[in-house]
Amino acid sequence: MPNIVYVDPSNERHTIDLTNGITIMHGAIAHGIAGIVAECGGNAMCATCHVYVEPSQFSNLTAMSDEEDALLDSVAAERRPNSRLSCQLKVSSELEGLIVYVAPTQ
Amino acid sequence: MTYAGKVAHEGEDAVMTDSTIDADPFGRASRSDGQLNEKNFRGAPICDGDPFSLETMEDPFPLQREVREAGPVVWMSKYQCWAVAGFQEVKAVLGNWQTYCSSRGIGLTDFAKEKPWRVPSPLLEGDPPDHTQLRAVLNRVLSPSAVKKLRDQFATVAHEMVGDLVARGRIDAVNDLAEAFPLRVLPDVFGIARGGEKHLLPFGSLVFNSFGPDNELRRAAFTGAAEHIAWFSQQSQRENLAPDSFGAEFYASADRGEIPAEHASMLVRAMVAAGLDTTVNAIAAAVECFARFPCEWDKLRADPALARTAFEETVRYASPFQVFFRTTTRPTEIGDVHLAEGEKVMMFLGAANRDPRHWEDPDRFDISRRVSGHVGFGNGIHMCAGQFLSRLEGEVLLTELAKRVERFEICGTPTRKYNNSLRGLESLPVKLLASA
Repeated sequence: MPNIVYVDPSNERHTIDLTNGITIMHGAIAHGIAGIVAECGGNAMCATCHVYVEPSQFSNLTAMSDEEDALLDSVAAERRPNSRLSCQLKVSSELEGLIVYVAPTQ
Repeated sequence: MTYAGKVAHEGEDAVMTDSTIDADPFGRASRSDGQLNEKNFRGAPICDGDPFSLETMEDPFPLQREVREAGPVVWMSKYQCWAVAGFQEVKAVLGNWQTYCSSRGIGLTDFAKEKPWRVPSPLLEGDPPDHTQLRAVLNRVLSPSAVKKLRDQFATVAHEMVGDLVARGRIDAVNDLAEAFPLRVLPDVFGIARGGEKHLLPFGSLVFNSFGPDNELRRAAFTGAAEHIAWFSQQSQRENLAPDSFGAEFYASADRGEIPAEHASMLVRAMVAAGLDTTVNAIAAAVECFARFPCEWDKLRADPALARTAFEETVRYASPFQVFFRTTTRPTEIGDVHLAEGEKVMMFLGAANRDPRHWEDPDRFDISRRVSGHVGFGNGIHMCAGQFLSRLEGEVLLTELAKRVERFEICGTPTRKYNNSLRGLESLPVKLLASA
């Protein structure tokens, strides 16, 4: 089961062992990681599960849909090239050691 | 026409009768007390209860608990359909449009077998691919960033309205606040002319009643509906909508060829029908909750930034939208039970929102709980398109009330509105005690 590293808005690192198939967003909620709001519960509507992905690992992720791309323009914090909505990122063995930085505001 | 009755106990003190529910939903035993009978239907427990009776609406919690605790899926004998009431199960059904479709109707009527009461809405009663582009336009027009821009205008109305109500002291929190606020702000958002308020709530209530069985409530809702439907059809036409409104944006989208022109007016009607009664019920429920649980009101007054999550908790706790349906498109399984193609599945959203498997102390109204992921706004591709509008209304109102009101005191007997899929109050006599 892959380990995912969450860096929360106060810069604290949390390494969590997650099951394949759940989303990075759900992993954060389930393990009480601060800063993920996920107002729409993972339905790609609210843009409040915003994370910055470690740039060197960005290409390991599945491609972004047009919907996610449009929604990322709605994020409260700065949109950067490594911005993703964590409800659209599914945990898999390819993501072992993935580091995500939770956005400072949602 | 509304049915009203006295409000019964909300079930928040009820104790789970089976506290040894194990974590495996497949291991849950059938129970034969209450409205479950000894037999089973294709291996599923049978429930003879009626979610659509006035008695159940008075106090839905016992039936919700029975259906939820009996097993992952239950057969409702009275309506010859399946029912799911557990959080996991309801979420799973809503998340799987391929197996549980909307195009055969989201009420008890199966459109493949019986004529729908109106031409099916390609939005509400559509599946991909027909649904997809329409929904994409809606999501864009009602996006979080678009809705955020409405904050100031909502706040101005809230400030004025709450000021008046606090000055009056004794009010009916339904008529004077919960209905008044959405009726005042929502038509403007969509560009609908003011002055037609008497049509707005009955139209929504009709749509929600139509999801139920052909009972007295449903028939009564249709009586006198013609004038509301006619008014709406007219008001949602391009020439009657204000420019710079969401309604005008739907037409702009049609002009760009993104959606068929006739769908623009349908989207206006759909949003207003779906967005009023539901939010009205949530706002009234919030006042009722804060009146009954003043410690939670004190929490909010001490930290008004909790207003948005407080409204969210209200939606979970009160679940204004209680029950609706999907239809199976193919044989499938829930737990060990086989469902055939073409069978209706009733989803108890309110019950799912109080499932102890998912929520800690589910019957407790707690504005600091982690509430995201509830199914009060649904789930999946049809999840409430207006959720950000609803949240903004709730957040802005609660923020203003938290500044001005020290305490809500229920000062008369609340009465209930009855509807086949909505749950809410008809009247809530309340005294607003002003903050110093």
